[in-house]
Amino acid sequence: MRLTPDQLIFWQYGPVNLNATIVFTWAIMFVLIVGSKLITRRLTTDHQRSRWQNLLEILVTGIEKQIGEVGLRNPRTYLPFLGTLFLFVATASLFTVIPGYEPPTGSLSTTAALALCVLVAVPLFGILDQGLVGYLKSYIEPTVIMLPFNIISEVSRTLALAVRLFGNMMSGAMIIGILLTITPLLFPIVMTLLGLLTGMVQAYIFFILAAVYIAAATQTKEPKTEPI
Amino acid sequence: MTIIAVASIVTAGITTGFGTMGPALAEGRAVGTALTSLAQQPDASATITRTLFVGLAMIESTAIYCFVVSMILIFANPFWNHVITAVVEK
Repeated sequence: MRLTPDQLIFWQYGPVNLNATIVFTWAIMFVLIVGSKLITRRLTTDHQRSRWQNLLEILVTGIEKQIGEVGLRNPRTYLPFLGTLFLFVATASLFTVIPGYEPPTGSLSTTAALALCVLVAVPLFGILDQGLVGYLKSYIEPTVIMLPFNIISEVSRTLALAVRLFGNMMSGAMIIGILLTITPLLFPIVMTLLGLLTGMVQAYIFFILAAVYIAAATQTKEPKTEPI
Repeated sequence: MTIIAVASIVTAGITTGFGTMGPALAEGRAVGTALTSLAQQPDASATITRTLFVGLAMIESTAIYCFVVSMILIFANPFWNHVITAVVEK
């Protein structure tokens, strides 16, 4: 039984192969990039605007609001990275309605890559916000004894991000595959709906967790207390 | 050889069995507390709902770890693959 789209290989040359994960990732990239390029060709601020522009505006302002609610100042600086994370995972899950498609996030390679992006981005934003010394000092808060634990927590958070997303996507695809051999019509459709729901929730979770980690790395200064 | 198969199957079953009990109890408590706080402060419902979903996903991930281990034991078992290749080569 095929656990992940990695095992469906289209073309191989020595150690390098072109498997379904890569092809579906390219398809998602193509749709996202070409779609947004086409929609943003003619942006207007009139009341009469195309519905696609409205859709993009809803998405962008919604993501920006969520980033602001997590506690990040200047949501605009983090919007490209976090927004792309959310959009990629969400469309990867949304396209399961297309027959013959398997989400590339059902492969541990894709989710590990996304988690590694977060692993790199958190110190990067932390250093951009607080300087190298200021960011490194956050590792020895509250005491120096916590240094190995802070490092371990960074690594385990990344691992948890990758395995959480992979497990959710893989289990959805696998349950549909198993049910197809048992009751071909009704239950696979219901499980596909459930898979869509969990896919959207997992996309939101990945995005919010990345935002929370970045917020933790950029805001170790004492918050200003409001005078009573 | 059969002991590898027996151990894998039994362990996979027990892993999923125990692995779903803990998170289910924890998620039940989390939703219960969230409903209580929603009843006490309905105007904070957006924050409460969002935090509830994030917390549920974190709890769910431990169940997912158990599920992944079970799947590996059943479908991508390295010990079983090693045994099979040894038998095929004979």
